[in-house]
Amino acid sequence: MAGNEFSVKLLIWRQSGPAQPGELASYTMDNVLPEMSLLEMLDLLNEKLTAEGIDPVAFDSDCREGICGTCGLVINGIAHGPHSGAATCEVRMRSFSDGETIVIEPFRAASFPVIKDLVVDRAAFDRIMQAGGYVSINTGSAPEANSIPVPRPHAESAMDAAACIGCAACVAACPNASASLFTSAKISQYAQLPQGRAEAKRRVVRMVDAMDEEGFGNCSNHGECEAVCPKEISIFNIGRMRREYLKAVL
Amino acid sequence: MAGLTDITRSTVGKKLLNGLTGLLLCGFIVSHLTGNLLLLVGREAFNQYAYFLHSLGHGAVVPIMEVGLVMLFGAHAISGISVARSRRRARPDGYKKSANAGGTSRKSLASRSMIVTGTVLLIFVILHVAQFKLGWGQLRDYPDVMIDGHASVDLYSRVVDWFNWAPMVGLYVVVMLMLGNHLRHGFWSAFQTLGANNPRYENLINTAGMLFAAAMAVGFLLIPIYIFLFVEPTAGSSLAAG
Repeated sequence: MAGNEFSVKLLIWRQSGPAQPGELASYTMDNVLPEMSLLEMLDLLNEKLTAEGIDPVAFDSDCREGICGTCGLVINGIAHGPHSGAATCEVRMRSFSDGETIVIEPFRAASFPVIKDLVVDRAAFDRIMQAGGYVSINTGSAPEANSIPVPRPHAESAMDAAACIGCAACVAACPNASASLFTSAKISQYAQLPQGRAEAKRRVVRMVDAMDEEGFGNCSNHGECEAVCPKEISIFNIGRMRREYLKAVL
Repeated sequence: MAGLTDITRSTVGKKLLNGLTGLLLCGFIVSHLTGNLLLLVGREAFNQYAYFLHSLGHGAVVPIMEVGLVMLFGAHAISGISVARSRRRARPDGYKKSANAGGTSRKSLASRSMIVTGTVLLIFVILHVAQFKLGWGQLRDYPDVMIDGHASVDLYSRVVDWFNWAPMVGLYVVVMLMLGNHLRHGFWSAFQTLGANNPRYENLINTAGMLFAAAMAVGFLLIPIYIFLFVEPTAGSSLAAG
């Protein structure tokens, strides 16, 4: 070994089921390497816990390269941890120092009930998408590229909004547990393109209604969502959602 | 299909209402401060201004404006309270450890305390109207003054007497600092809420918001402090004896 192993103290939210009470449990992990990702460190912890006959910590992850939006932990009070523009799986142990206590909690919102430990049910986002996050057209072969002119800035801005991976860190970071950044990104990715304009009014009202029905909070323009977003989705999208909403109801 | 009534129903609608009424109230406090700075000019100037306002449109303009202002303050307060209340429903179980994300976040003491400063300002506005318009708890009887041959209230004396009482000056100073804090987040936030913010203008709007908040707070602070330091209470006031 390289000799740069270190130890960390972990305070991890343990909750055996949706209806059970939870609490922070304390663990110590030795032989942590700076090159490890935080999730790899949790994998090692789970091997250790399993060997000791303790139920391993449940957490979500899939691609582990910051593109799928499956992972999501609140690390030391910040959704997706200390780095901007990065998902939980991109957090390396070099971001922590020897002997440091790392507090790991699930994304908290009434609309995201805890299933177990650090795993929450984010189906509320799917229901918001079902309410209008689509374009009602028959898809066939790709149309001729120049038949629908799209200005370059619109295409870029729509693409920036479409970069949202639906990880829900915006909700986790928002002091009001608002889903405004997610919903506005989905609205913005369609509203700026000719294919999406046709249904823009119906879409924004339906998606905002769905967002409200799920019980997310209102937006106070704190901007914490943008700061934790792994895809750096801008809160200007929330402004666009409100413009679109105003256009739809006037 | 959606209609205007959705404004009062959805979270986005309530937020739009909050931002619009907030900006209109910004307009009101500018005119209120501009007029009231005449208190620093003197008795004649201020009482003439008060008479001028109350005689506008044969006395109809002020009552109409007052109804409008009550509606503005009411709509702003109700929509603001609904934003704050949505927090408790949306996150009943909080984090054991919470931290600021930093980076591009606009979260600040001002943005976190909007409901506190807003509630204080609402109570203040009610008491302020009771104090100076309705004359509650006034220090003595103020006979009307004659302006252009018409009897008009001696508002100047009422204000000067109150602001010669140190606790009242202290109260106004604290509340006006809260007003500055409210505007520090509120001005920029209103533009963001109305969808009028964009990357090209954000710094400009934010800087304008800071200057506006500072100008309003300092402007309103100036009046009670100046009167306390430099203007004697009127004869007959309970404060004049001392």
